[in-house]
Amino acid sequence: MMLKTALLLFAGCTACLATPALAQTLTLPGEELSTVEQADDEGLTVTVTADAWNDLGIAIPAFATNADVATPANAAGTGALGTELARVVFNDLRNNGLFRPVGPDSLPRPGYDQIASPAWPTWQGRSAEMLVHGYVRANPDGRLTVGCYLYDVALQDELVREGWVVTPAEWRRAAHKCADLVYSRLSGESPFFDSRIAYIAETGPKDNRIKRLAIMDSDGANHRFITNGQSTALTPRYSPDYSRIAYLSYQDGHPRIYVYDIDSGRQTLVTESSNPTFAPRWSPDGRYLLYSMAIAGNTDIYRIPATGGTPQRLTTGPSIEVGGSFSPDGRQIVFESDQSGEQQCYIMNADGSNQRRISFFGGRCATPEWSPRGDQIAFTHIVGDFHVAVMDTSGRNMRTLTNGWQDEAPTWAPNGRIIQFFRSARDNGDSAIWQVDLTGENERRLNTPVGASDPAWGPVLP
Amino acid sequence: MKRLTLLIAASSVLALAACKTNPPEVLPPVQPTVAPTMTPTPTPVPTAPAGPIAGSQAHFSRTMAGRDVIFFDTDKFNIDSEDAAALRAQAEYMLQYASARATIEGHADERGTREYNLALGERRATSARNYLVSLGVPESRLQVVSYGEERPAVTASNEQAWARNRRAVTVMMQ
Repeated sequence: MMLKTALLLFAGCTACLATPALAQTLTLPGEELSTVEQADDEGLTVTVTADAWNDLGIAIPAFATNADVATPANAAGTGALGTELARVVFNDLRNNGLFRPVGPDSLPRPGYDQIASPAWPTWQGRSAEMLVHGYVRANPDGRLTVGCYLYDVALQDELVREGWVVTPAEWRRAAHKCADLVYSRLSGESPFFDSRIAYIAETGPKDNRIKRLAIMDSDGANHRFITNGQSTALTPRYSPDYSRIAYLSYQDGHPRIYVYDIDSGRQTLVTESSNPTFAPRWSPDGRYLLYSMAIAGNTDIYRIPATGGTPQRLTTGPSIEVGGSFSPDGRQIVFESDQSGEQQCYIMNADGSNQRRISFFGGRCATPEWSPRGDQIAFTHIVGDFHVAVMDTSGRNMRTLTNGWQDEAPTWAPNGRIIQFFRSARDNGDSAIWQVDLTGENERRLNTPVGASDPAWGPVLP
Repeated sequence: MKRLTLLIAASSVLALAACKTNPPEVLPPVQPTVAPTMTPTPTPVPTAPAGPIAGSQAHFSRTMAGRDVIFFDTDKFNIDSEDAAALRAQAEYMLQYASARATIEGHADERGTREYNLALGERRATSARNYLVSLGVPESRLQVVSYGEERPAVTASNEQAWARNRRAVTVMMQ
């Protein structure tokens, strides 16, 4: 049987391999995707209700290969790479508390000819309702084709399939896309695994902390430090297309926002001003940046075209207005202000008009972040201790999701189902990135090479 | 915009020249000729003179005897009478040593969110600066910088430590 593959064209270059940058732009030609979706039209019977889907057992055996050949993606060849691909899919689901996955290390390995035609007797009676099959094939041009299939074991039926062509350097993206395919098909939610996180890596004692800009995949892989720690870096934000990172640096001795271009390694100031600038935020379409700037001690929020130009002042009060997060449609901004005497959350239109307070539940409301789905706002709820909480966009239905001593600065998964934040310890101030899902369940600490703060989760990779 | 890029490049070269063992912060040096093949410069060691030079940070710090720092209540940036006394001493010093220039560092405690604390530190440092200016210190001799919660003076996590960290520190520029 012919495998229908959705081609992911690698639009980068060989130089991108030498500099492990994020230059690896992938595009999905539409015609082949549409053939994939055909197979999926009837499958709605298996899009499980929110309560039930997470109990599904999913078997994820090693991906097969047509020929075990050498590949830069794995020193032991495409056979070993097939096992690694399945492990990435398994860990994506397991680490996020999704389903009841069983990984390749405790399952038999299917043959290449079984990928499109599973050996059903092998998989029945394993208490796995779902079965993931995949393959990896080395192409003559050095790239890899990875296919991913989801089957319903009881129905002995295929639910969805997709394939990708990737460079060896980005083989993990194919596994994340497979995990996204499985997750989306079974939960009805949007994908999120194939995404990246910018954050601040922390080392050293609390009174002499070294803070470096760093990036990693959503599962912590492909970690890379961008700055070397000579000057303090804070509060990064990926541009929606992942080409740039806006962040704060003290590199000239004062806090200023720089826009770092990942391909070229060059950076520019967000605005030409001797005043300190901080709290950078991108608009969802990447065309605008928000920043906060203090003039004569008074901080307000400004908006500037991402390509430069004239900044527009959005807030004008003598109080501190800082931060800001766009609604997904780009029309509104939620921000914090202490005009009432303490930090509270406010909403305004994207041009600064119609400012109004939305948080009235006691405690302080800080670092609001609008959900990519539009219906929720996550924020730091300061009630003595710092907790991560969510509310709807009118400030109602506040729910506390975490209960640490100091949990702050929530950032949303691309699909709005998971929130990352950072948790600081008393006294030594050691920080780590944690995540929790929107129900307050599945709280876990992310593995990072050193201490970590200020996470910023980007959208699903283009 | 061009000027800014140049500035960034220049500061990166300076950083390289000052500290040859470390790579530049982010950007590659614009002129790689300024570089490591030259005679290694010894790491500058602060020399200990017999007594601190008037107008220097050491002299200022000794003369102030603690009055180089003022403290604030949670989320506040007002100058109380104790702060005012300290700032008067600082102003007198700066008026006596007319070439002295100072940076006022604004700080916050760790019990705030990072970006708000940057704004708060800026507000506190500016309060102190404005008070010094009101006492006759020329604005041109004062600059402010906010470190937010990034540079605690005391690392413990309790009310006493936080009270010590909500501060504005006046430092002489060398």
